[in-house]
Amino acid sequence: MKTPKELRYAKTDEWIKVEGDEGTIGISDYAQDQLSDVVYVELMVEEGDSVSKGDTLATVESVKAAADVNFPASGTIIAINEDLADAPEILNSDPYEAGWMVKIKLDDPSEVDDLFDADAYEAYNQEREG
Amino acid sequence: MTEPTIYELSQPDRKGFQFPKADVPTTTVPADFVREELQLPELSELDVIRHFTNISKLNYSIDGGYYPLGSCTMKYNPKINEEAARLSGLANTHPLQPIETVQGNLYIMYQLQEWLQEISGFYRVSLTPAAGAHGELVGAMIIKKFHLVNNDEKRVKILIPDSAHGTNPATSSMSGFEVKSLPSDERGNVDLELLKAECDETLAGLMLTNPNTLGLFDENVVDVIQMVHEAGGLVYGDGANLNALLGILRPGDVGFDIMHFNLHKTFSTPHGGGGPGSGPVGVSEALAEYLPGPIVTIIEEGDDDNPPFFGFYYPENSIGRMKAFYGHFGVLVRAFTYIAMHGPEGMRDIAEKAVLNANYLMKKVQDDYPLPYDRTCMHEFVVEGHLPDAPDVHALDISKRLMDYGFHPPTNYFPLIVPEALMIEPTETESKQTLDAFAKALKAIAKEAREQPDLLHNAPFSTPVRRCDEVKAARDLVLCCWIPEE
Amino acid sequence: MFTPHTPQEIEEMLKVIGVDSVEDLFAKVPEKYRFPDLDLPEAMTEMEIAQELNEISSANATTDDFISFLGAGAYRHYIPAAVDMILRRGEFYTAYTPYQPEVSQGTLQAIFEFQSLMTELTGMDVSNASHYDGATAAAEAANLAYHFFRGKRKKILVSRSVNPQYRETIRTYMQGLENVKVLGDDINDEKLSELEAFLAQIDNDTALVVVQYPDFFGRIIDYTKLVEIAHTQGALVAFAFNPTALGILKPPGEFDADIAVGDGQPLGIPLSFGGPYLGIFTIKDKFVRKLAGRLVGETVDTEGKRAYVLTLTAREQHIRREKSTSNICTNQGLMALAATVYLSVLGKNGFKQVSNLCYQKAHYAAEQISALEGFELAFPDQAFFHEFVIKTPQPVNEINLHLQDHWFLGGYDLAHDYPELENHMLIAVTEMISKQDIDDFVAVLAEVTND
Repeated sequence: MKTPKELRYAKTDEWIKVEGDEGTIGISDYAQDQLSDVVYVELMVEEGDSVSKGDTLATVESVKAAADVNFPASGTIIAINEDLADAPEILNSDPYEAGWMVKIKLDDPSEVDDLFDADAYEAYNQEREG
Repeated sequence: MTEPTIYELSQPDRKGFQFPKADVPTTTVPADFVREELQLPELSELDVIRHFTNISKLNYSIDGGYYPLGSCTMKYNPKINEEAARLSGLANTHPLQPIETVQGNLYIMYQLQEWLQEISGFYRVSLTPAAGAHGELVGAMIIKKFHLVNNDEKRVKILIPDSAHGTNPATSSMSGFEVKSLPSDERGNVDLELLKAECDETLAGLMLTNPNTLGLFDENVVDVIQMVHEAGGLVYGDGANLNALLGILRPGDVGFDIMHFNLHKTFSTPHGGGGPGSGPVGVSEALAEYLPGPIVTIIEEGDDDNPPFFGFYYPENSIGRMKAFYGHFGVLVRAFTYIAMHGPEGMRDIAEKAVLNANYLMKKVQDDYPLPYDRTCMHEFVVEGHLPDAPDVHALDISKRLMDYGFHPPTNYFPLIVPEALMIEPTETESKQTLDAFAKALKAIAKEAREQPDLLHNAPFSTPVRRCDEVKAARDLVLCCWIPEE
Repeated sequence: MFTPHTPQEIEEMLKVIGVDSVEDLFAKVPEKYRFPDLDLPEAMTEMEIAQELNEISSANATTDDFISFLGAGAYRHYIPAAVDMILRRGEFYTAYTPYQPEVSQGTLQAIFEFQSLMTELTGMDVSNASHYDGATAAAEAANLAYHFFRGKRKKILVSRSVNPQYRETIRTYMQGLENVKVLGDDINDEKLSELEAFLAQIDNDTALVVVQYPDFFGRIIDYTKLVEIAHTQGALVAFAFNPTALGILKPPGEFDADIAVGDGQPLGIPLSFGGPYLGIFTIKDKFVRKLAGRLVGETVDTEGKRAYVLTLTAREQHIRREKSTSNICTNQGLMALAATVYLSVLGKNGFKQVSNLCYQKAHYAAEQISALEGFELAFPDQAFFHEFVIKTPQPVNEINLHLQDHWFLGGYDLAHDYPELENHMLIAVTEMISKQDIDDFVAVLAEVTND
C-alpha cells in the first residue's frame, strides 16, 4: 500500500498535496483498493466553485460500492481532472499522480494540520486492517 | 450455446402474427406525426416460442430447485393461485367499470384487507402499494405527515438498525428524513442504551424489522417500542420477515404503528424474475386517516338474502395517491386464494415449519461455518462464508460453488454487520430431504475450501454461463441489443 | 396446505435442534402476545377455493360481457395466446431477481430484450428494466430531474392534459423533497390557445416539464416548440406516452424529449382491474447514472461467452442506502416479459397493424357519433389517436346507465377529474371493436336524445 511522504491524509481516505496556497486532492491507494475496479467518477464541483471542508467533492462508483469523496480543506476550485470522465480506472492504477481529482486555492492552508501525515495514516490503516 | 437475441433471429419480411383487415373506411395520419422507422423484430410464432422456451431453460427457479435466500421467503408458489388470477371473470375487468359490475373484485379486496388486519393486528390496511419498497415509502410518508399535523416539525430523525435492508434508509431519505444508524448489541438485538440516547425531541420514528435480518427475534421488542413511543416517535415495522410470525405474534399487538406486507414473500405470490410484487400497508387506528386510497369499504350492509355492497373510499388526510388505480389486483387475488386455503391453523403451521426448518438447518451447518449469533433463530439465520482455516475463500466463492451442486446461493454480504455473510432462509415448503442435501453440499464445499480452494475461486463450472465480468458491464455500457442496419 | 413434514421427520428434526417441541422455538416471543387466535375462515381445500372463486368471479360483469369503450389509462387489446404460454413457464415466473447471473440468463436476456424494444419504440437511448406503472414512472422522472439539478431547481411543471392519476402520484412523491412545487395543471389548455400560458411558466427554476402524448383526451399535439422553450431555459422534458400509439406515430425521441415514460399495459397485459401493469422508463444517454431501477447490461463470462448481468447496481438502494436517489427495489419482471413476448409475436408489421386499426376505428366512431344530434366532438379539427372527447346532451353517468342496459360500457366521465368538463365523455376504441359494434353503439346513443 503506497503512502507518499509529502502528502497529508484524511480519516476518510482523501489525500491532499499542499504547494503554497494551492492544494491538489485525490483518494488514497487504500481507498481505491477497498473500492476495487472504479467504473465511474462523478465530480460534484466545477471550476470557480467555493467549497468548505467536508463538502462532497465527488462520488466514486465501483461494481460493489459507491463512495463519497469529501473536501479535506476549504477553498476555491481552480482545476478539475477531465480525464476521469472517460478513464475512471486511473483512480485504481495511479491514485496519487494521474488520478488527481481537483486543485483548489486554499482558504486557510493550516486547515490541513489536523490531517494525518504519511506515518500516522499508515498506522491508522494497520489498525483498521487488524 | 449462446441464445441469439430476438433481433438476431429476425428476418426481414418474415411473416408473423396477423390482425383482421380494417372494416372501416381509411383515415390518414397527419403527415407531421407519421412514424417513418420502426425497428421491431420480424419473427414467426415458432421463432418466438422457441426462443423464450430456450432462454427459460437457462433459469433457476423455485419450480426447479431450492432457493435458500434469506429475507426473500422463496416458498412454493401454488398453481391454483395462477388459475385464480386468470379467471376471465376477474382478469377481464377494467378498473374504471361501474362498481356495481365488479362486486366480485371488491369482495376479494375487502376480504384480503380484513384478513391481513386480523393476521397482523392492525386496524386498517391499504392494498395499493405495488411492492415492499413502495409500502415502505407509504410508511415513511405517514410518519412525516403525522408529525406535521401535530406541529412536530422538529422530528426529522429516523433510526434504522445497522442490520436493516437497504430500502429502509433509502426510503427515509426519499421522504426527507435524516437517517441515523443504530448498532445492534452482541446478541443481535437493538442496543437499548444507544436507542435511549437517541430518544429526544428530534425523533420521528424507528424502522424495525422483527425478526431482524439476522433471523433473530428482538428479545426487547416490547421495551424498544415503548421507549420510542414515550419519546413521541412512531415505530414502523418492515414486514419482510412476517413468515416467522404468522399465528405466532401480531405486530399490531406489541405496538407497531405501521407495517408493510410483502405478498410476494409471505403470501406466496410469485417473484416473476423480479416482480410484480405487492406491498400493502397496515396501520393503527390513529394513523388510518393518512393511508393512501382507495380502500374498499362496505357501502351498504348485507343481510341474510343479500351480500354487502362494496365501494371505495379515500381517507380524509391521506398522504396521497401512490400509483394509478387500486394496486396489483392480480397479485391480491393470489394472496386471497392462499390465505383462504390456510385458515388460522394453516397460518400458524407456516411459521412453525419455517422456524423448525431454519433451526434444523442451522444446527446441521454450524459445525462447518462460523455462527455469529448462537441463539435460537427464527425463519432464517446468518453464517459467515469465511472459514478460519481457508483465508482466501470468501462468501462469494462458496456461493458460486453451490451452483455446481445444483443449489441457488443464499443471500450474500447482507446484513452488512456480519462480514462475509450468508443469509439462509429455508421456508416451510422445503422438505427435510432437501435441507439435508443442502447441508451436505455446504459441508462438501467447506472441505473443498480447505483442500482445493481454486475450485471455489473458479466456480461455477456447470452453469449456462461462468462468472461474469461485472466491471466490463459497468464500464462499457451495453444496454440494448445490437440491431442490424435496415 | 404446502408444508411436507411428516410426524416422524418433525421428531427427528426437533432432536437435532435439541428442543422438545416446536413451541419451544418461540420462547423469546413475549408470552402475553404469543400464539393469538386468528379469526379467519377455516381452511379450504383447493377444490373448494376453486369453486368459491368461480362464484365470486360470476358476480362480476367483464369486458367480455360488455362491449367496452372505456380507456383513460387502461385499454382492452387482444393478447396473443403465445404470451400467456410463456408467462406460465415456471422457469420464468417462479424465478427470483437475477442477482446470480450464472443461473438467471433467461430472465436477464428477456429484460435486455425488453430494454431494447422500449428504446426502439420510444426513440430514446436507454430503458431500465421497468417501474411499477406509468404513474410511478412519471413520479420517478420528476425525481430524476430533481436530482439531476442537485435540488437547485424546485419546480415541476405538469400539463393539465396529463392523466390526473399521474399528476396526483407525482405530487405524492414530491412531498418528500424540500420545497418542490408541482404546478401548471391549473392552466386550462384545452383550448390550446391557452398552451401559451403554460409555456410562459417554464423558467430557470423549472427542473422538469411533463406532457402526455397522445394526451389524456387522446389528442396528438406537437410539442416541438415546448421542448425548445424548455431546453432554452435549461429544463428537462418528460413525455408520458401510450405505447400502442407509437406503432404509427412519431416517437418522443424524435421530439428531443429527455425522458419518456408510459404504461405498458396495452402490450400483452390483461386489464386485471388495474394491476399489475408495467411502468416504462426511457431516457437520453446522459442521464443513465441518475436512472433509478434495475438495468441489465451485456458482458462476457470467464470463457468469453456473451452473458447478461444487472449493472450500475452501485446506484441502487442496497449499496447507496440513504444516498440513493430512489428506494426502488423491484421491477415488474413478469409484465416486462409479457410486453417482450407480445412485441416479438406481433413484430414490426403486427404492431403497426394494431396501432393502425385503433386509429382507423376510433376515427370512424368519432365521425359516426358526432353526426348524432346533441353529440359533438369537444375538439373538432384536432388530431387524435384512439381516444376522443364527445360533448354529450345529458350527464355522462345517465348516458352510461342507459348504455349498460344494452350491454355497452360507455366512455369515461371526465367530470370526475375536470370540473370544467361536465357532460364530456372520453371514448376509446381499440382493434377489438368491430364496425358493427360501433354502429350498434351509435344506435343506442341515438336513443338517448330521443328520450
